[in-house]
Amino acid sequence: MSGETITRAHLTEAIHNQVGLSRADSAQLVESVLDEMSKTLETGLSVKISSFASFILRDKSKRVGRNPRTGIEATITPRRVVLFRPSQLLRKKINAKIK
Amino acid sequence: MTRSELISKLSKINPQLYQQDLEKVVVTIFDEIMSALARGDRVELRGFGTFSVKTREARLARNPRTGESVKVKPKATPAFRMGKELRERLNSK
Repeated sequence: MSGETITRAHLTEAIHNQVGLSRADSAQLVESVLDEMSKTLETGLSVKISSFASFILRDKSKRVGRNPRTGIEATITPRRVVLFRPSQLLRKKINAKIK
Repeated sequence: MTRSELISKLSKINPQLYQQDLEKVVVTIFDEIMSALARGDRVELRGFGTFSVKTREARLARNPRTGESVKVKPKATPAFRMGKELRERLNSK
């Protein structure tokens, strides 16, 4: 495990180098991709990127939790969360080094 | 929304760009995230979320049908955590 952090800047650079678009266009496209994915999730639809992963929405009902620091009980409000389901290919690639 | 629907949305926003290039853009983004995770790196996209790799230790499990115990090898799993902005957008209504 190396532990580097990849950001928007790295993705922009990769598009610029591999697709040959300007850095400005590349940066804007990274933003558009993330924005379109967010907008879709916001409307209540899931996002499925074949051979990468699915982002599925789950509605959680309210439950009683505990503040781990103080131990005081608190109600966790109902909320919508994203369930990340990696594809077989992604799982395989991540485990390639271990085997 | 699927990969191809994402590409057609991008092409509506960017009519001046070739569809072929937009396809490559989408492939590049997800390939970069995938190879970063395969190297053990994190991918942090502020506002959207963070991709990381979690390791699972080797453990002894049981075959539920036969009750036999089986050794499960250590493995790594990709994980995603929503960013603050996305979490707020999903829960604003």
